[in-house]
Amino acid sequence: MRKPKTIIEKIWEKHIVHHEEGKPDLLYIDLHLVHEVTSPQAFEGLRINNRKVRRPDRTFATMDHNVPTIHRNVIKDEVSKTQMETLKANCEEFGVPLADIHHPDQGIVHVIGPELGLTQPGKTIVCGDSHTSTHGAFGALAFGIGTSEVEHVLATQTIWQQKPKTLNVKVNGKLGTGVTAKDLILAIIGKFGVKFGTGYVIEYTGEAIRDLSMEGRMTVCNMSIEAGARAGLISPDDTTVEFLRGKRHVPDGQEFEQLVEEWKALATDEGAIYDEQVEIDADEIEPQVTWGTNPGMCIPVSANVPTVDDANHENEREEITRALEYMGLEGGEPISSVEIEHVFIGSCTNSRLADLKRASEIVKGHKVNPNVRAIVVPGSHSVKAQAEKEGIDVIFKDAGFEWRDAGCSMCLAMNDDVVPEGERCASTSNRNFEGRQGTGARTHLVSPEMAAAAAIKGHFVDVRHLSIPTPS
Amino acid sequence: MEPIRKHEGLVYPLNRANVDTDQIIPKQFLKRISRQGFGQFVFYNWRFDSNGELRNDFSLNQPKYQGTSILVAGENFGCGSSREHAPWALQDYGFRVIIAPSYADIFYNNCTKNGILPVKLTEDEVQTLINNAEASQYHLTVDLEAKKVYDTQGFEASFDLDDYKREMLLNGWDEIAVTLTHEDKISQFEEAKG
Repeated sequence: MRKPKTIIEKIWEKHIVHHEEGKPDLLYIDLHLVHEVTSPQAFEGLRINNRKVRRPDRTFATMDHNVPTIHRNVIKDEVSKTQMETLKANCEEFGVPLADIHHPDQGIVHVIGPELGLTQPGKTIVCGDSHTSTHGAFGALAFGIGTSEVEHVLATQTIWQQKPKTLNVKVNGKLGTGVTAKDLILAIIGKFGVKFGTGYVIEYTGEAIRDLSMEGRMTVCNMSIEAGARAGLISPDDTTVEFLRGKRHVPDGQEFEQLVEEWKALATDEGAIYDEQVEIDADEIEPQVTWGTNPGMCIPVSANVPTVDDANHENEREEITRALEYMGLEGGEPISSVEIEHVFIGSCTNSRLADLKRASEIVKGHKVNPNVRAIVVPGSHSVKAQAEKEGIDVIFKDAGFEWRDAGCSMCLAMNDDVVPEGERCASTSNRNFEGRQGTGARTHLVSPEMAAAAAIKGHFVDVRHLSIPTPS
Repeated sequence: MEPIRKHEGLVYPLNRANVDTDQIIPKQFLKRISRQGFGQFVFYNWRFDSNGELRNDFSLNQPKYQGTSILVAGENFGCGSSREHAPWALQDYGFRVIIAPSYADIFYNNCTKNGILPVKLTEDEVQTLINNAEASQYHLTVDLEAKKVYDTQGFEASFDLDDYKREMLLNGWDEIAVTLTHEDKISQFEEAKG
């Protein structure tokens, strides 16, 4: 009998160009996504060495990190402008397709890949961005790379990779009402830590994972890197197939049916062995809020912020002390008592149509708290257009949210969307590192629903017990 | 890239775990389109106050660490964003070697593509080095050929690095040129794949 294999091994084996005992494998890359921040030095390297882009047809570029989300035509920052113009010039010179700032396909690279059907099961996908793990939701092996590797993939369409170890994160049971994919991945990182996935590719399995929509699966896989894993993926199933059916870069008719067969055959075989396995029960998970300065520092919304006495060892004491000080928290207070000044709904973690729709259901008929400035940044032009078609923008605008154009925006605040020093933001993004949303800014990671509820109340609140009187 | 075989230098101890690449180089400095000149921004928010003045309370600014080239830090160093600007900034500032118990995968790779040697030692060994370097000016020698770290007072530790990365670092090879020696295999793969 054939040895049962994980999806990770199956994809790996199909992409080996060159194998030599004791060395990394040379892996073929099916899709290379490119953006303006991590590519200029790579294109420059090609130019200096008189090299070409080997497969422009397997390369796709967009602008997302740096783009303004308001007054699109006026880029005041000259350095940002140069970076965007450089990408445009590079794409023209090397023949790489580009969805630039005004293109209808523009958006966050990890939102548009799936939207256009470029992301497909079984593909190897790389991008000079650590959240490339997002595409793993489709059963693709997708991981972030540095700029030297971007140059290498542009020139050779391959990458040297040590075969990773495999880690099964099994999520048993069902998520409760009001508990989302974001809460699930935060709870996983909270329980197992910010480096338990280092050196591994994670496969997420179990009932709660199967129950997730593709948007939910993207949220989970997106934050694999926050657990240390370069890639996280989910074996394809009917949910995957139905999402991809009819997408622009996905074939149709007989060819599609054949692809579906191939995709389904990729799923991890019964009895396949992982190098490591951890389990978590979905039904025990509450909505989560991060209190500190890495995504592992998270607690259920009903809990109190930890104190130094909760530390298990001396180094952890120092970490908690530093985090509390940076976050302007005492330690011991209920997280629900913490007041916020900003709300950001967006980022490659939570800016898809389904995310915005669910947040809008909380917001509908209410007003943003007068102490709060709240912005919604759709993940792509296309998400924005569809949301407007469905009237979701009106719900947000009526409540007092700003409705912006697509980009990475306040997730990393490279453009003008910055949280001021000492101020606090409920954010649907993926990193609460010091200074991430602005120098001295304090970030609390939450789901879109929790962010919406916090915008209305002015502090964190359990979205499951939300009693906001709806005006009749 | 510049080869690295044996390096002797002054140690800077950064006794923190989970130092992310946002701390190594904050996003406002990622807009430049060259690889050079990032050293001035390394650990920017820790080194400078909101007026852009050097902070006395951050140890890297202390006179005894000026001229350092070996950074010793806590576990999971370089986590978060894949930005290669982080190793560019560390290198441009003067670091050639980093020593930590563990690294984030992408950062670790990025170092080896830029002639920075990331050394993994045990938690205890790292703590010893941190204590020594906090106490006084402390020099170490890192020998990549022998895969050893040692000082003149009897400390010695071995480290591991896979042969491929070691060879690249020792010789300072251009990885793309190495890969292109397999060009025929890449073409064959593409033909078979259709």
